[in-house]
Parts: sequence; structure tokens; C-alpha cells
Amino acid sequence: MSMVEHLHRAGTSPETLADPMRPRRYRIAHTRQDTRDTFTLELEPTEGPPLAYRPGQFTMLDAFGVGEVPISISGDPARGGPLEQTIRDVGVVTHALITAPVGTLLGVRGPFGTSWDVSLGAGGDVVFIAGGIGFPPLRPALLELISERDRYGRVVLLYGVRTPEDIIFGDELRSWAHDHGIVVGVTVDNGQHAWRGKVGLVTQLIPRAGFDPRNTTAFVCGPEVMMRFSAAALADRGVRPSRIRMSMERNMKCGVGLCGHCQLRELFVCVDGPVLTYDRLAPLLSSREL
Amino acid sequence: MDAEMRVLDLLGLQGLIDTLRARGYAVVGPTVRDGAIVHAPIATIDDLPRGWGDDQDAAHYRLRRRADDALFGFAAGAQSPKPVLFPAEELIWRGRRTGEEFTVNEDGAERAGDEGPYALLGVRSCDLHALAIHDVVLLGRDHVDVRYAARRAGAFVVAVTCTAPGGTCFCASMGTGPRPDAGYDLALTELLDDGPHRFLVEVGTPRGEEVLAEVPTTSAPAHDVRAADDAVAWSVAHMGRTLDTDGIKEVLYANAESPRWDDVASLCLACTNCTLVCPTCFCTSVEDVADLTGDVAERRRVWDSCFSEDFSYIHGGAIRPEIRSRYRQWITHKLASWQDQFGMSGCVGCGRCITWCPAAIDITAEAAALRWTPQPAAGRS
Ligand SMILES: Cc1cc2nc3c(=O)[nH]c(=O)nc-3n(C[C@H](O)[C@H](O)[C@H](O)COP(=O)(O)OP(=O)(O)OC[C@H]3O[C@@H](n4cnc5c(N)ncnc54)[C@H](O)[C@@H]3O)c2cc1C
Ligand code: SF4
Ligand code: SF4
Ligand code: FES
Repeated sequence: MSMVEHLHRAGTSPETLADPMRPRRYRIAHTRQDTRDTFTLELEPTEGPPLAYRPGQFTMLDAFGVGEVPISISGDPARGGPLEQTIRDVGVVTHALITAPVGTLLGVRGPFGTSWDVSLGAGGDVVFIAGGIGFPPLRPALLELISERDRYGRVVLLYGVRTPEDIIFGDELRSWAHDHGIVVGVTVDNGQHAWRGKVGLVTQLIPRAGFDPRNTTAFVCGPEVMMRFSAAALADRGVRPSRIRMSMERNMKCGVGLCGHCQLRELFVCVDGPVLTYDRLAPLLSSREL
Repeated sequence: MDAEMRVLDLLGLQGLIDTLRARGYAVVGPTVRDGAIVHAPIATIDDLPRGWGDDQDAAHYRLRRRADDALFGFAAGAQSPKPVLFPAEELIWRGRRTGEEFTVNEDGAERAGDEGPYALLGVRSCDLHALAIHDVVLLGRDHVDVRYAARRAGAFVVAVTCTAPGGTCFCASMGTGPRPDAGYDLALTELLDDGPHRFLVEVGTPRGEEVLAEVPTTSAPAHDVRAADDAVAWSVAHMGRTLDTDGIKEVLYANAESPRWDDVASLCLACTNCTLVCPTCFCTSVEDVADLTGDVAERRRVWDSCFSEDFSYIHGGAIRPEIRSRYRQWITHKLASWQDQFGMSGCVGCGRCITWCPAAIDITAEAAALRWTPQPAAGRS
């Protein structure tokens, strides 16, 4: 295909193409500290409508002059309102984002990537498995499910964190369990103090979660090893690999399939993912460092 | 296009350059600089590498004098025209901060077309195919590189048949040469025989025809058309290397755990040369540069390479810390996963990665070795 045909297909001429690398400006309306190192920003656009997005999608968030990083959206997709993003302070850019004073303008590009498509689980049981900062990206999917709770069977949320102090959205977990019949299991790596719950790996919660593997859809988000073991454990119990969905993490510089950083063999994780099914991922994750 | 073939002599070639310049094109073509052939502005045919050829082999490049006055008598230079349309570094946007506010007050996309439009002179077939690949990668999907689009839109392409393939060339294996088959406005085949120094010209677009109409040409006699065909056949027979592409994707995918990766890794310096010279590599990073106050900052797009460890860095460590996995990424992308991504090979057989590898690692040899090494059982426990 010729260059001109490509541009025609894009429905536009070079002069009017929108630059996917140019950010929109959002103002920090509120910053909430969730745990010692994790914060949720509420962002309002300075111009134009609020961001329409689907659960599981992410944005490229930019701290002026510091840098830009991929962060999943953690808010309620049905509520409109400000854009919510929950960020763990791990390095230069994330630190700049969570310490920026309320009122600061941030650059936002997106939303990018694929969605959890939680409604694929309707009519059966649903298992969410979250590890650490992998919980916030699942929150929009949980909220979407809760808004139509009666379309789903047994709903289980298994959540692994380092210590009890690292539990994010703890109040909400209690209300989901209490008001919406969601079975919540939390486990910690390290549970001194007054922790009376489970200690150990989140995969250890799977056997007793009581879902029907033949009719279950799973949504998994967390560190890659945790996702790999969780998906394998689910598949071992009989959950179909095509119904195990996980959100992959890779270095991302563009979010739109142009920079090449996020490649996982033939996949561009930013546009083909981040949410991908285990049947597609399993062969790719079976080789180290692919 | 099926327009009649024409013949252009040296004065005619100068006329073509003049016509393109008069039409406002910045003409860029091959020239000799510091012992190598590079792309630079061309004003006269004297800027072209007249009488220069080259010797190329793994980790070896040297210009040599030819016995004739050929203007295009060399194989692929260190760079394709890639940096003209897709520079190694460019501005995405520049902004200014005042207190908590910031504004974007300069957009790289608005300036991207300013230096051009370009006329690329002497684009060989491998590089022409690489250009078509970049059109798909950078323009043919949901999101577009608008800076590339701005430069590419107006670009005029004068292709040239490769009549002097080098020791590392294998375009014939990849189906990408040596004769330009599409994607050009005009295509030249240089004819050096007992007759005058001349070029057979083929027209690829109405725009090419329009330009050619302003240049003195004669209609091509049958023996010149035949001479061009003969030159192409000679080139095909003199490719320095071959690569068997049959089932190559499956070969690469099946060999993810091959012991061969350790052999390559013991030689590879991860210097990134192969990706820098490759006409199809498109990977980039962004860099933020702020002034001392932090109030004026710009974001730049820079070429990057899957051979650098940082390329795959995520918090906690790189995805590909080992060189073996970076080499695997590179060759697998070029020959295999590119096919899944874009429906075509990511290698056009230009041979640059072989020539410019200081460790003489050879993509054709590695592909052949992988084809013939026994596959260990894949997978980790
Ligand atoms: C699709 C996706 C969604 C994500 N969602 C969230 C989220 O909701 N909340 C959250 O806290 N984190 C999330 N992350 C991880 C987050 O992007 C990294 O923590 C962040 O990039 C670290 O940047 P830094 O500059 O603070 O750290 P540094 O360690 O200083 O990193 C330097 C640079 O390396 C790259 N990098 C480092 N870590 C990562 C990483 N994990 N992923 C991608 N690039 C990285 C970035 O370009 C970064 O600027 C997500 C990552 C991806 C790919
Ligand atoms: S991989 Fe090597 S031979 Fe193939 S196009 Fe790139 S530089 Fe040329
Ligand atoms: S991943 Fe490597 S081989 Fe592929 S385009 Fe990017 S730099 Fe080139
Ligand atoms: S993040 Fe740039 S290609 Fe995926």
C-alpha cells in the first residue's frame, strides 16, 4: 500500500493527523494516601470532556520535565467524575507524580490498551487475583461487575500483599464482601503485629475459593511471577486458558505501538494488551527473558 | 505504471537534479565522506560517488576505486535514507511551566516538514522496501507517527537498480531486489558499456512522469532495455550471501531455547550497531530535557535499540538482562515476529548489520545455524 493510501485509510491528511504523543493537560484535584507508598490521584481535564475509558486501560502520565510512565486507571468507569489513578512510589517519575501539590497540571495521554471485558464472565463464576499494586487496575472491573452483580455467580477476590499495612482500598473490600456477596481472601507475605489473617502466597488461596472451574472467568493482575503461577494453578484446576485474563507489564515509552519497547515476541503489549488471555501468553511466558 | 521507458545521459541526470531543486525539493543522495558513502544534499552530479565502489564483508567495509565512472557502483552504505525521514533524534514537544501550570508551546510535528519536501536520489531496492515497511509501521496502523507522516507525504523517490551488490547483500533471497519494483516515482538503471554513460529510466507515478517531462531524455532502444535486464541478472548472480526464508518464522519460534544463543552471546558486544544501521528498525525512546530551573522542558524522540539493557527495564530489573535474550529478540523480530505484526519480513537483506558488526556476527549464518541445530525441549519448569 502506498503512503497516500495509508493516510487515506487513516481518513486524514498529514496536516490534520492527531499526534498520539502530545498530552492533554489534567489538574490534580485531590491526592489521597492509600498506604505508606501508594497514592490515588484524582485528575480533572483543563479542557474538554472527562476521559472515557474501559476497565483495564491505562494512560501515560507525565510529570512536567521529569518523565512519563504508564499507569492504569483505577476509578469507577460508570461514575464519570475525575480520572482516578493509583500509583506506587517506586522511582523518579512515580515519586514526582505522587508528591505534586494539588492544583498541579499533569500531562495525560490515552486511554490506551485492551480492557478486562469483565462481562465475558457473566453467567458463571468470576475469580479476581490481585498482587500488590496489581489491585487498583482490577478495581474498575470489580465495580463494573458489582453494578450488575446478579448477572454473575460466585465472585471471589484473592488479594496478596506484602504486609497488612500495604492493603489498598481496605474499607471497600469490606463493603464489597458485606453488601455484594463477594468472597474476599487476603493473604500477606509478612504478617507480624496483630495480623490474624492468612500468611503466604496468593496461589495458596485458590484451592479453597470454591468456584466452579469449568464455568469460571479469571482476571489476574500483579507481578509477572505471581500471575504466571496463578494462571497455571487456575488452568490446573480446569479453568480454560482462554478465560484467564491477565494484565502484562512491560517498559512502555509510547503506549501506541510505535516505540517498540513493550514487545513480547509478536505482541505489542501496549496495544494488543495489556490485558491478554493465558492461552496466548502461556507459550510466550514459558521462555525466560522473551 | 506502464509508461514508455526513457534513457537519460549524464546531462540529463543533472537536469533531473536541477528540475527537482527548481520544484522546491531538497535533493538528498549518496556522497563520499570520511571514507564511506553517506546521504547528503546533492546539487550536482559531481557530488555523487563517481568511480567509487566498495568491498564489504562481515565486520569489513572499505571504499575502492572502480575501473569505470559509475555513479551508483557501490552497495548499501552505512545508512539507508532512514535518517532523512525518521531522524535519530527529534523534538516531540517543548513546554513551559509557570507555578503549577504548564503549556505546550512548541510542537515538533509542526516543524517536521519544514526542511523538505525531500527528493531521495539513488534509493536502492532494499532501502525502497524498507521505506515501504516504515510506511506500514509508522503510518499504517491505528496510531501514526505524525512527524514521519509530515516528511514522508511530500517525498519524491528516485530509485536505482543495484548493479554492484556487496559481499554481505542478500536482497535476492528476501525478494526485495535488486531491481526496484514499486514505491518509486522514477527508477534508474545505470548502463556502463561501450556506449555513452547513461541510465534507463522507468516511471512509477504521474508525478514522476511530470518531472521527467522537464528533463531531456530519449526513448529507450530495445538493446538498452535488454542491457538493464542483463545488469539485474548479473546482480542476482553476484549476491554475497543468501538466506533461506522457507518456514523461517517457525524455525525462530521453535528455537527460543536454542543453545546457539549462548554462542552468539559470547561474541556479541551489544554495541547496538546492527540496529542503528538497519533500515527497518524503528524502535525509539523518549528523553526529557529540562533547563536548570526546570521551567522549560522538552521531550525528544530518539532512536533506541533492543540491544541495550535499559530498553526492557521495568522496576525491579530488565526483562532481557542477558545478551543472549537480546540477540534472540533482534533476530526473532527481524525474521519472524515482524511477519505476525506486519505481514512481512523485517529484514530486506541489505547486509548492513553484517558489515557493521564489529564481531562479524552474520544474520544469514545465524538463521542457517538455527535451522540446523537440534531443538531442545522448550519451556521452564
Ligand atoms: C500497562 C501498565 C500499567 C501500569 N499501571 C500501574 C499502576 O496502576 N500503578 C502503578 O503504581 N504502577 C503501574 N505500572 C508500573 C509503572 O509504570 C512503573 O512503576 C513506573 O514506570 C516506574 O517509573 P519510575 O520512573 O517511578 O521508576 P524508575 O524505576 O525510576 O523507572 C525508570 C523508567 O523505567 C520505566 N519503567 C520502570 N518500571 C516500569 C514498569 N513497571 N512498567 C513500565 N515501565 C517501567 C519507565 O520508563 C520509568 O520512567 C504500570 C505499568 C504498565 C506497563
Ligand atoms: S537485519 Fe540486517 S540485513 Fe536485514 S534489513 Fe536490517 S541491517 Fe539489513
Ligand atoms: S525490537 Fe530490536 S530488532 Fe526490532 S525494530 Fe526494535 S531495535 Fe530493531
Ligand atoms: S509502548 Fe511503545 S510500542 Fe508499546
